[in-house]
Amino acid sequence: MNAKDDQVTVGEPETIRAVPVRHPGRWVAAAVVAVLVAMLVNNLLTNEAYNWSEQWKYLFAEPVLNGVRNTIWLTLAAMVGGVLLGIGLALMRLSANPLLRWAAWLYLWIFRGTPLYTQLLIWGNIGALFPALGIGIPFGPQFASWETNALYSAAAAAAIGLILNEAAYMAEIVRAGILSVDPGQQEAAHALGMGRMLTMRRIVLPQAMRVIVPPTGNETISMLKNTSLVTAVPYLELTFTAQTIYSSTYQIIPMLIMACIWYLALSSVLMIGQYYLERYYAKGSVQGDAGRGLRARLVGGSGGAA
Amino acid sequence: MVKAERVCKRFGSVEVLKGIDLEVQSGEVMCVVGPSGSGKSTFLRCVNHLEKVNAGRLWVDGQLVGYRQKGDKLYELREKEVAAQRRDIGMVFQRFNLFPHMTALENVMEAPVRVKGENAKEVRIRAGELLDRVGLGAKSGSYPAQLSGGQQQRVAIARALAMKPKLMLFDEPTSALDPELVGEVLDVMRDLARDGMTMIVVTHEMGFAREVGDSLVFMDDGVVVEKGVPLDVLTSPQHQRTKAFLSKVL
Ligand SMILES: Nc1ncnc2c1ncn2[C@@H]1O[C@H](COP(=O)(O)OP(=O)(O)OP(=O)(O)O)[C@@H](O)[C@H]1O
Ligand SMILES: [Mg+2]
Repeated sequence: MNAKDDQVTVGEPETIRAVPVRHPGRWVAAAVVAVLVAMLVNNLLTNEAYNWSEQWKYLFAEPVLNGVRNTIWLTLAAMVGGVLLGIGLALMRLSANPLLRWAAWLYLWIFRGTPLYTQLLIWGNIGALFPALGIGIPFGPQFASWETNALYSAAAAAAIGLILNEAAYMAEIVRAGILSVDPGQQEAAHALGMGRMLTMRRIVLPQAMRVIVPPTGNETISMLKNTSLVTAVPYLELTFTAQTIYSSTYQIIPMLIMACIWYLALSSVLMIGQYYLERYYAKGSVQGDAGRGLRARLVGGSGGAA
Repeated sequence: MVKAERVCKRFGSVEVLKGIDLEVQSGEVMCVVGPSGSGKSTFLRCVNHLEKVNAGRLWVDGQLVGYRQKGDKLYELREKEVAAQRRDIGMVFQRFNLFPHMTALENVMEAPVRVKGENAKEVRIRAGELLDRVGLGAKSGSYPAQLSGGQQQRVAIARALAMKPKLMLFDEPTSALDPELVGEVLDVMRDLARDGMTMIVVTHEMGFAREVGDSLVFMDDGVVVEKGVPLDVLTSPQHQRTKAFLSKVL
């Protein structure tokens, strides 16, 4: 009792000024990193093979911009299509109907069990498998039919190949998201007279989003890079454009680095978008990673520091 | 309002309800007590058709729950028809189950707007009044995570009331609450009872059962052991099992 009274009369305790612990290891590490960075910068500036002026010449050249546009729309199309088809597959996987569950499982087995590059090669040559496409009754007469190669462009092959593959991965992400929602939520919604679809749309999926959005953001960034595989089709996206340019100029490394600069710029934009999306879907939760600042999320490290 | 005739429910080979006979009159408050695992929640869930009854019949407001009877054949109701039956029955859960991505007001508005297709402006006004009624008018913009347990449960009650139910089911509405928050929820329920709401309340609050309940049911091991006026059952239980249970909880 007395001690407490004393403290009150003394007031604020004295701020501690102790000698901080030394971290010699950090200095060594910093020195090593500094030397490596210096070597890299020196190389970038002095090595003629980078041919920066050649890169600069092509960075905003029309063929390259066309490749960038194609890469962007392929990424968007693949993700939008992949998410929608993935939601459908996830609902099939969770369905009470065993045939639907089995069909979805078969789909995932095929598309996740084979390489994307090989799949894209197949989509690029699908005309050999189905020379004609038609509308009609299964196993019955056809009303109309078209030659596959007339309908089907390299762009369509690229988009279809990426969408179908992405859907298989998105299905698992969506399914995990749906399963992460407390079953009591569906129960409460049903008790209010909400049907299954309405419950899914209004109650379950919005909550599942918190689990779905972060890996989907990563998928989008992966997709941006995976679009380079549609050289298998072949389709003129960014990497294939770089290849076509260096096949005539022989400036291989400069063109590939120029492509990387574009990829880095685009994926940085995606990372920023992902941050805001995650923050939006964290709505209603008090805790959560999304509370960290943008800079901390992108650069890493703890939120408050630096 | 509710009539149960030899209602049975099995989960696999486990028989959880073994022939429940009960009747709840319009305006009656029936409290249900019994040891853990005796089937109280399961019975409530059957009334709301969250579980399918395996045998026996269950009526709410004169309507057979979950089935249509033609001659002596039963036809399962479609999902839409089941949902329509549930609209008239409000349910309050032990763990609140508020929608965490919606504010208190949005929680209350969701079902009238989305299920009944009522005008959002009118529902907003009514939802505000309901939140006032449970003493949370000032919290309408808060998300569930920003509310205390007692406040969440009161929002859950308002959310159920927004559908203008004829019957309210409460499954241990205060069991997940800190003791000092139990009172505020019971107060809201007491008001509801006073306004003539028909209620089935699974609870361990014997004081509430005695004061507010019109009848008290003691369930054990999937059967109704004893039913009567709360004061009688609590002070002079007729069955050994009831005595044993009450001596533990009182
Ligand atoms: N979905 C289910 N599947 C299998 N068994 C279940 C299921 N739901 C309930 N049970 C079983 O049914 C029995 C009765 O459960 P119920 O939840 O109705 O009891 P209760 O009286 O509400 O108990 P408590 O007071 O603990 O809430 C328990 O033995 C439980 O394990
Ligand atoms: Mg229970």
